[in-house]
Amino acid sequence: MNAPAVTPDPLHLILGDEELLVERAVRTAFEAARLADSQADLTRVRVTDLTPPELAELVSPSLFAEGRVIVLEAAQEAGKEIADAVISYCAHPADGITLVVVHTGGGRSKVAKELPAALRKAGARVTECPKLTKPADRDAFVRNEVRAAGGKIDPEGVAALVEAVGSDLRELAAAASQLVADSAGKVNADAVRRYHRGRAEVTGFAVAEKAVIGDRAGAMEALRWAMQTGVAHVLVADALADAVRTVARVSAVGRADPFQLAGQLGMPPWKVKKAQGQARGWTEQGLAECMQVVAGLNADVKGAAADPDYALERAVLRIVAAHQQRGR
Amino acid sequence: MTSATVAPTASGVWSVVVGQPGAVEVLSAAAEAAAAVVAGGEASPGAMTHAWLFTGPPGSGRSVAAKAFAAALQCTVTDDRPGCGECAGCRTALAGTHADVRVVVPEGLSISVAEMRALVQTAARRPTSGRWQVVIIEDADRLTEGAANALLKAVEEPPPRTVFLLCAPSDHPDDVSVTIRSRCRVIALRTPPASAIADVLVRRDGVAQAKAAWAASVCGGHVGRARRLATDPAAEQRREAVLRIPLGLRRAADVFTCADELVKTAEAEASEVNDTRNEAERQALETAMGAGGTGKGTASATRGAKGAMKDLERRQKSRSTRTQRDSLDLALVDLAGFYRDVLITATGAREVSLNHPDRAADVATAAASWSAESALRRLEAVLACREALEINVKPRIAIEAMITALHRG
Repeated sequence: MNAPAVTPDPLHLILGDEELLVERAVRTAFEAARLADSQADLTRVRVTDLTPPELAELVSPSLFAEGRVIVLEAAQEAGKEIADAVISYCAHPADGITLVVVHTGGGRSKVAKELPAALRKAGARVTECPKLTKPADRDAFVRNEVRAAGGKIDPEGVAALVEAVGSDLRELAAAASQLVADSAGKVNADAVRRYHRGRAEVTGFAVAEKAVIGDRAGAMEALRWAMQTGVAHVLVADALADAVRTVARVSAVGRADPFQLAGQLGMPPWKVKKAQGQARGWTEQGLAECMQVVAGLNADVKGAAADPDYALERAVLRIVAAHQQRGR
Repeated sequence: MTSATVAPTASGVWSVVVGQPGAVEVLSAAAEAAAAVVAGGEASPGAMTHAWLFTGPPGSGRSVAAKAFAAALQCTVTDDRPGCGECAGCRTALAGTHADVRVVVPEGLSISVAEMRALVQTAARRPTSGRWQVVIIEDADRLTEGAANALLKAVEEPPPRTVFLLCAPSDHPDDVSVTIRSRCRVIALRTPPASAIADVLVRRDGVAQAKAAWAASVCGGHVGRARRLATDPAAEQRREAVLRIPLGLRRAADVFTCADELVKTAEAEASEVNDTRNEAERQALETAMGAGGTGKGTASATRGAKGAMKDLERRQKSRSTRTQRDSLDLALVDLAGFYRDVLITATGAREVSLNHPDRAADVATAAASWSAESALRRLEAVLACREALEINVKPRIAIEAMITALHRG
């Protein structure tokens, strides 16, 4: 993380909206400035609170040439005047001053949207901090965290940690460094389970995915977790309905290339592909029954049943039962 | 119109009430008594009362009958037969612009208690024209429990010159609460005969004789639907598409195409009906709340507009859901009629007229290939779907489940 440099880059651009990563990038920039000048101080300002004269004052060199790090936060909300001021400063950065611009990459006005490109052109050092949406990225993040804390983690450990803590990076980072400290560097699934129990997030989709492949135990477990963590009944019911009808639709048209079917069915190709896998083992009869089950469930969770929890469990069990009647 | 049998009463405002001689007789007697009360004379006891409940199957003209009665009450030409259909009172009451006739037409899914409380207030006033203060509630079955209770007090003891006219599909407790029902006199309308419907189509809407006869025969006794079918080619096409479904379900994939078509048509119809209106309403509200104004104080004037906009959007959404459901319901009723026809044909009851006589060939094919049990199961799937839609099941899920059942039989 630390990049020792005698002269820190005068311009930084931090792009993205993953809070933790942005925070770290700012700290890295600050630490780099501290290496050059141990007296350097940090000033944080929201762009919207700033006027061009104030910016000029902030970035003008001081009498005794102390180092200074200026962080402009929420640059995506910048107005035209301040954006122009920032860009014109970038052309002639002052000595000993580090300007860090934090930008989500979005922005409403045209000038705000073009600010990152202008900064890049001016030779700013760019740090990208996009939101981690893919599970693989999250796993990699956990591995890096553990490594940075001086430990090692195996793949099962990563899976267990993500399952138990959830997808919030701050929590994952905190849990990772704590685990490294607690388990003397080697983190595995057992170590994770010793300190973390339960699951942070179970979506209706997880329940539905297990139910339509006939995994009774898995589906029931996921359902109980989902209820426990407060997922709305309607969401689980909708996910179940969607999974069943997707499988039914895909299996109704027969086997074909997912990319061709995608256009015909109006679904993305990955969904078709997944449904084709799930459709294995289903009979037409079983799917027809399930369509009735999920339609009834939709009414049940909207007030027709006395106990929506029970209605959901029964529906899941009936879907699994319908899946397993293929032998007959 | 069966004008030969009810010639004396079916004139004036009563001519719009199709095929209901019995009801017209009672109502015109009541209107005569009411006119006598207004004139300060002695009315025949029991002929007029302060609260009426019009029941009857959809399309039998409950609200039309209520409006005709309101017009007769407001008729200013009082010879011995009120309801001339010519005077200012009759015309404005029928057009819905009479000052003493309030019509509540729920456009959303239900009638709220706030709406009813406001209505009770206006109902307590004396009529401006010195005749009757008339309150018509169409679709009284959409009153929420709270709204029904708010209305109850007023229906129980109305001011001397106030008349409540409620319309509902039936006087079953599911539709109208028993407490309200017990304070009203019920006018039960019957399904108008096809000949009467055809007659009114020809007479009032100028539809050609053959087309009118066809529309009257397939509308299931629904006057409004008959007119729609006779005058709107799109409605006719939609009906065709729906009635193709039962025999068109050959492969498993057809289930989803059919369901998709039904749901999309309903959505399209809802947006067609509502979109332009929503936009106009939004603009009118924005103008009313001071949008687009310049100068001092405009910012604070528009600040309060957010809440009102939200409110409007909520009402528009409710209306759109209702339109969608109504459109799906029409399709389901047509489908149910088809399966009923199949059952009837299978039993060989020749004297019973079919719901869709123009589809007799399809019906016969289906009756020959399906067992009576499977036709009944299909009919029940359609009816179950109607109920599911009523309790808020997502239309797509409900319709797909139904068509899957139709496919399997």
